[in-house]
Amino acid sequence: MASSKLLSQPRWFRFLPRNLSNVRLFSDLPSQLPVSEPQNSIESKSNNRFSKPSSTPSSLKEPELAKFSAIADTWWDSEGPFKPLHIMNPTRLAFIRSTLCRHFGPFEGLRIIDVGCGGGILSEPLARMGAAVTGIDAVEKNIKIARLHANLDPTTSTIEYCCTTAEKLVDEQRKFDAVVALEVIEHVADPAEFCKSLAALTVHEGATVVSTINRSMRSYATAIVAAEYLLQWLPKGTHEWSSFLTPEELTMILKRASIDVKEMAGFVYNPLTGRWSLSDDISVNFIAFGTKEN
Amino acid sequence: MCINDGIGYKNRIVARNFGSNVYRLRIPWRPFSNDAASNLSSSNAGNPTKEGEGQQYDIAIVGGGMVGLALACSLASRPLTKHLNVAIIDSNPALGRNHFIKKEDLPDPRVSTVTPATISFFKDIGAWQYVERHRHAYFDKMQVWDYTGLGYTKYNARDANKEVLGCVVENKVLLSSLLSCVQDTDLQKKIYPSRLTSMSILPNSSSLEEDSTASETVLFTHGRLAKLELEDGHSVYAKLVVGADGGKSRVRELAGFRTTGWNYSQNAIICTVEHAVENHCAWQRFLPAGPIALLPIGDKFSNIVWTMNPKESSEFKSVTEDDFLKAVNHALDYGYGPHPTSSLLGNGDIFSWFKGDITMSAHDCFEVPPKVAKLASERMVFPLSLRHASDYASKRVVLIGDAAHTVHPLAGQGVNLGFGDASTLSNIISEGIAVGTDIGEVSLLKKYEADRKPANVMMMAVLDGFQKAYSVDFGPLNILRAAAFHGAHYISPLKKSIISYASGEHRLPLFS
Repeated sequence: MASSKLLSQPRWFRFLPRNLSNVRLFSDLPSQLPVSEPQNSIESKSNNRFSKPSSTPSSLKEPELAKFSAIADTWWDSEGPFKPLHIMNPTRLAFIRSTLCRHFGPFEGLRIIDVGCGGGILSEPLARMGAAVTGIDAVEKNIKIARLHANLDPTTSTIEYCCTTAEKLVDEQRKFDAVVALEVIEHVADPAEFCKSLAALTVHEGATVVSTINRSMRSYATAIVAAEYLLQWLPKGTHEWSSFLTPEELTMILKRASIDVKEMAGFVYNPLTGRWSLSDDISVNFIAFGTKEN
Repeated sequence: MCINDGIGYKNRIVARNFGSNVYRLRIPWRPFSNDAASNLSSSNAGNPTKEGEGQQYDIAIVGGGMVGLALACSLASRPLTKHLNVAIIDSNPALGRNHFIKKEDLPDPRVSTVTPATISFFKDIGAWQYVERHRHAYFDKMQVWDYTGLGYTKYNARDANKEVLGCVVENKVLLSSLLSCVQDTDLQKKIYPSRLTSMSILPNSSSLEEDSTASETVLFTHGRLAKLELEDGHSVYAKLVVGADGGKSRVRELAGFRTTGWNYSQNAIICTVEHAVENHCAWQRFLPAGPIALLPIGDKFSNIVWTMNPKESSEFKSVTEDDFLKAVNHALDYGYGPHPTSSLLGNGDIFSWFKGDITMSAHDCFEVPPKVAKLASERMVFPLSLRHASDYASKRVVLIGDAAHTVHPLAGQGVNLGFGDASTLSNIISEGIAVGTDIGEVSLLKKYEADRKPANVMMMAVLDGFQKAYSVDFGPLNILRAAAFHGAHYISPLKKSIISYASGEHRLPLFS
């Protein structure tokens, strides 16, 4: 990379290792979103019925699972402990819609897996947009709640929910066009193994979308101190700052799992309007879109 | 395993084994008429329901007036919302008939002045072409003055580089145009010619039984649908209820939205009058008891809106036609005070220090409005009030138009605010569908409120301010008003700003 090109980029960009300088930032992209009419695609591909016992070690952490299991009933209470997630949801969906539509075209028939789906907050809108969605979560209660909630709306009742892990699905050789793991990787014990599983679930030239929180001073101040202690948006101890990943680290481990990160964006919260928006600021919450190359 | 249900729609249940867990996929419930897939269009033509059985819709618009129908047209014109299933609930029999306007009809006294912003909204939704087939009158000039004779302002559309300041159209023309427009679209809709008696929305809860079929009642008891009960016994279920039912909104009442407001101790008399010559200018004179406005409707007809206190209004309603016409001409001409002469505060020389371009109309002299020759309709009297709902949205309910806000008619803005609401709401719904949101979610509806409330409140404040400023006869205040007239007349950036704000281009005055 010529030094002149480096110098012409935003200040923080210059100090990045090469991994991130190829990544397009959200604001570089045209603002026109393709308009795709949501179609209800009821076709679900037939599934393998392998029931080989899994011998892959789980990348999940038991205390993390317990944390989520305890508040599972409140997933769909938009004023409850998951309120920040509900408020952030349309913004994350805008990024996913934008990147996946540009990569694949309309969502109809697209097989998407929501890894760590929780109560289905992300899975349901994706299904309404026309995709064939599978949601997995390691916490049994979450899957129950997700299924009960989704069943009431005919457009979302087609979502396939399973209480399992990414590794187990890899063993069953399941493949998906798009693998989405939002706000999960900061809760797993071995992020590198987790990314390898995500990559294994993705078809060739499919898409992988991962979102998490940056490990920076600013994220400590906002996501831990402000969110958990001052504003009490999240229960204390929801996140551990040491398990956050920086964008460079995430890009690197995805690269090692053969996922090429193509686009990245940050989520920024405006306290005056109470709304999240997509931006180039990846210093706290960020989301990355990558494609699987060989 | 495949299971065919009685309608021949194929469902699949796939059993999965994951370790020791076995789960069954839910049977995809046969989608109702809100399905977007075209291969189900044959079953979408509206299930024949027996009397008393419910029908399920995406959106139920309560109130098929101008603003409610404008929302329906707007939804029909957007790619992401045109597949929605809409119910319109209004007991007005005119909605069931087409073309209820005859060319030879005299103009109705109920008219609205539509701003250029509304005209372009109508063009976007494809309704303006229908308006143009009936009587409508563009005007590009306006003169505003008061009884003190101390000042006047003339506005010309060319001051702000526009073609027109607005267009005066009868309400029945607007209504019939919007109705024709929405009926020519492919929007799936059903008009319920009845009145709303009750509405209920339950809090969200998840189904406790795995095998419950998602019928409307179940969806309703779990908070996914609102239930509306009509006078004729029908039950309508909808994901979103839009209250477009006017100033005495039943939806607003049933949803428990609080309102603030007050009654102006003023009534408005409206009627249609005829001149001997054509009138192309809008005239407004502020009298001690309230303004009188003369708006061109076309074909030598004009509309009068005369605001006054309630006692006088009942007097004027009952006097003979001739006496009434004499009073009107008196009010527009020499009554209550002299003509403004520009010599009192100078010819605008005091503003010459302000180096802006002088607008065309700054050189226009004061003109007397054309004499009113004949009364062409009955005189109607309406009480005036200001009312504003504290919230526009709550779970599964949203208010638009007069249901959310009622304003003083002195600047002809009322229905234009309502059209702005309809446009914004349909935009927000479209954005919500783009990211798969449930359209009845409060967070989505609050985005609409956050967009419209400041603009509406600002306009209400401006109009209320005018109303109060012009209803006091107090020497120094009169001079101030005169100065305001002169300022608006001669200071062109101010004039351009006023024209732009009144045209609906900017949501907030002076700050955009």
